[in-house]
Amino acid sequence: MEQIHKSKIFTFTLTIFTFFIASMSSALAQTATAPESSGDSTGLFLVGMIATVLAVFLFIMFIMSDKIIKMATQASNPNSNTFGEGTGFSLFPSKKELVTVENESENLSSRYVKLKKGVNIDLAGEADLVFDSQTIIVSDTHAIKPTDFHGMSSIPKVMVEVGTEVKAGENIMFDKKRPDVFYSAPVSGEVVEIRRGEKRAIHEVVILADKEVKYKQFETANFADLDRDKMVELLLSSGCWPFLVQRPFGVVAEPTDSPKAIFISTFSSAPLAPNYNFTLKGEDRNFQAGLDALNKLTDGKVHLGLDSTAENDNTFTDAQGVQINYFKGKHPVGNVGVQIHHIDPINKDEIVWTINPEDVATIGRLMLEGIYKPIRNVALTGSVVNEPKYFRTLLGANLKNIVDGNCESDEDLRYISGNALNGTQVLPDGYLGFFDNQITVMNEGNKYEMLGWILPSYPRPSTSPTFLTHLLPGIHGKIEANANTHGEKRALVVTGQFEEVLPMDIYPNHLIKAIIVNDFDGMEGLGIYEVIEEDIAVCEFVDTSKNDLTGILRTGLDAIREQG
Amino acid sequence: MKFIHNILDKVEPIAKKSKFTYTLYDALHTLLFQPNFTTKGKVHIKDGMDLKRTMIHVVLALQLCYILGTYNIGHQHYIAVGLFDGHLFEGFLQKFWYGLGQLAPIFLVVHIVGLGIEILFAARKGHAVEEGFLVSGALLPLIMPPDIPLWMVGLATAFAVLIAKEAFGGTGMNILNVALTARVFIFFAFPNSIIGDSCWVAYDYNFIHNLFGLEDAARDMIASNGHNLDILWASIKNAPPDWIENPLLGRGWSGAPTIVTSNLLASGALDAWTGATPLGVASYGYENPATEIMASGGMEAVRAAGYSNSEMIWGFIPGSIGEMSKVGILFGAVLLLVTKIASWRIMLSGLLGLIATALVYNLIGGSNYMAVSWYEHLMMGSFLFAIVFMATDPVTASGTNTGKWIYGFFIGVVGMLIRVANIAYPEGWMLAILIMNVFAPLIDHYVLQGNIKRRLARVG
Repeated sequence: MEQIHKSKIFTFTLTIFTFFIASMSSALAQTATAPESSGDSTGLFLVGMIATVLAVFLFIMFIMSDKIIKMATQASNPNSNTFGEGTGFSLFPSKKELVTVENESENLSSRYVKLKKGVNIDLAGEADLVFDSQTIIVSDTHAIKPTDFHGMSSIPKVMVEVGTEVKAGENIMFDKKRPDVFYSAPVSGEVVEIRRGEKRAIHEVVILADKEVKYKQFETANFADLDRDKMVELLLSSGCWPFLVQRPFGVVAEPTDSPKAIFISTFSSAPLAPNYNFTLKGEDRNFQAGLDALNKLTDGKVHLGLDSTAENDNTFTDAQGVQINYFKGKHPVGNVGVQIHHIDPINKDEIVWTINPEDVATIGRLMLEGIYKPIRNVALTGSVVNEPKYFRTLLGANLKNIVDGNCESDEDLRYISGNALNGTQVLPDGYLGFFDNQITVMNEGNKYEMLGWILPSYPRPSTSPTFLTHLLPGIHGKIEANANTHGEKRALVVTGQFEEVLPMDIYPNHLIKAIIVNDFDGMEGLGIYEVIEEDIAVCEFVDTSKNDLTGILRTGLDAIREQG
Repeated sequence: MKFIHNILDKVEPIAKKSKFTYTLYDALHTLLFQPNFTTKGKVHIKDGMDLKRTMIHVVLALQLCYILGTYNIGHQHYIAVGLFDGHLFEGFLQKFWYGLGQLAPIFLVVHIVGLGIEILFAARKGHAVEEGFLVSGALLPLIMPPDIPLWMVGLATAFAVLIAKEAFGGTGMNILNVALTARVFIFFAFPNSIIGDSCWVAYDYNFIHNLFGLEDAARDMIASNGHNLDILWASIKNAPPDWIENPLLGRGWSGAPTIVTSNLLASGALDAWTGATPLGVASYGYENPATEIMASGGMEAVRAAGYSNSEMIWGFIPGSIGEMSKVGILFGAVLLLVTKIASWRIMLSGLLGLIATALVYNLIGGSNYMAVSWYEHLMMGSFLFAIVFMATDPVTASGTNTGKWIYGFFIGVVGMLIRVANIAYPEGWMLAILIMNVFAPLIDHYVLQGNIKRRLARVG
């Protein structure tokens, strides 16, 4: 049944209802003319006429609204590929949708996956494809935040003291539970602060950056000849290792494991996410070197996920030694978890590693130049940003140098390191997260709204047709979202809405309930190994009951991980 | 807005003195003002849709049923006493006010009892009042007979909210549909009030009616026709109970002992009126000793009893308050489908279940009732209301999309089995939905097992 497009069913229902009304009216007409009819025939005839008119009116209304919706879509996205191809924006299915053929690519080792579920959240404040400056802007301070890594002990061992001078690539801390994985300084300079939070937990190790970054030199001249162990050692000592994230659980990879595959998604479909085709342009040599290094780590394949609707840069299309897969669909299609699910799903006791494309380039730079230079091409986005654009900096940069004087609003602002669906709230002088290359700034939205659940109000993102924004996309232009929950927390009442937006063969509602009741068999069976927070973030977004689904999922993942 | 908010802020310390008043205050506050809560976790934006908005759209979808149902109460009442029976809009205001006077107390009792219990439990458990009762409370009056005693409504509401809902943990946790549990409670505890023919038309005048002087007006008009309202009622009410309940004696006033019928006929009040629902006569047949019209059941009997298709579609026939008007229900259905609030899978599969079962009955034949075609089944009784508003309750229905197809289809099948094959009671949707409510978790279980097996099969 999943194969049948929703609008097809809808049209079918409509037809049934129309036929139903039509058949009733014809029955009426018969009764009216029959001699033994008991009621007065004029009344019957009248009702029959009304019913027919009603049916015709409904039909015309649907055709009209269909046209209007299509026109509105066209108007708002004149030349967009991801939008307005008829999918979901017409009440009636197009011929294409009725006869969906999975396009099998000629190249057998490549896959084409078309996903129908999902939701693109079209927010205002997308970054223009320009860099503030082509050279790397080093912030005044950079920091490594232990809180960015799931499962790390709250007080990791910091190997430097306040006042120590470090070079970029020198190790500064490690997790006591896993002493072989080192975390390195992204810039050179003086360690100025080790910021602690509750129970002495370490929150930030702050480095006052040199103007001219000094790099620690690693011996990588013959990296192509390194065997796996040597390669692992190099990545560990340079501080590149934590870029590798292990699925399930979304934790830093274990050097002793051998993953069945490594997945890289070269596009993000999250709201306002940076465009790697733009930011990694010209990085093809580094990227390829990084891929070569990764190929040594796994016996399986390295998979590269590309957006089939975008004009992909040759950095990705010309990549060698990898399987290139094309994806088409709505968010979360760009999430690497969704791509794994459709290419090579994770089963119990299987391990897959994932890594961001920028970090592949960083590994490549280590291989080619022998230095740890974690470049972050940060997209500054959000509706309150004056000039949303890209900034080239290094990992863990302070936000202040980027956002200062660039955001304007008369309301409280929220600064997010990451995107609106998977980000960490930081202070305006806080630091970019380890894996983040986006800053989203939006209004806090901490205001009351009179009868906000029914009265028309300012536009907000929604998948519900009860809002005009959904019925006529583009009527308000791009939407300026804020961080208001638009409602209170409730029990999970509405069903089916998560399945509608998660393009995976998973029942998120039941998975979440299994986690809540600590049903380990249920969690495993229903696919907890295949998701981390970023994948079900879109479910939390649409959740009518405003539950903290990502938080619940993390509890479940932690519980299963502890069980071991 | 600021002004109202200031008042609420001033009331807050007073409300905080007891748990109950604070819960009440909180419920009112969040109703008036959507709170200023902001997101806390890694997901920073949330959909504009919340449970209040979801629920209120169901209530909106019910409004045409409310309007047409209200009018129909008055319409049936005046036809019963032989007034304004010329055409539909004769005595428009009287009919409307009578209906409103009959419906408003039921509505009030349902909400006072139901919301009272909800707030009490919310205060005890220390959480906010959830919106579930918004819909249950709107549905409940519509599925009651117009003549239902108010204490019975209160008792049934209390039973349903306590046993079907709060005992299982409140909104979102219940296994049985709350509104239907209330109705089934009356069905089994006080069958006289919900089975038979006399309950589908409201007779009495209450104080609201008297506020508008409806009773005096009716008395005068009947007197001018040469009859007496009290004698009219006496002859209806003093009818022996076995005549009302015993199906073998036939349904409607047609089955009444001759003495009653002749009294009524003599009074001139019963010209084209039976009091039996179309479904009742389709099931049990129609017999009018005065006019010597007889029909053993099926559509023939429906026509003999004087029900036209238009009356059945617009809902001007005796029956539960809101379930009769197919136009009102279809309006609600379209609204719920366009807003994607109700599941089209359940509605469609339920319809298919009904059609399939009706076709099987048609093939078997055997009686006039079995020969009734599927679209005629749709016009009679409360299938549409049940499948549009009751079966689609997301909490008690199946939670998986595949499950919804199975769940809806079997509602159609089981409901038709009860409707046609059960000689004691010619309607089955209430029972069918409650039965499928119980089976919904089982259906989901097997759908989920399928998912788990698919996952295991990948390993090979």
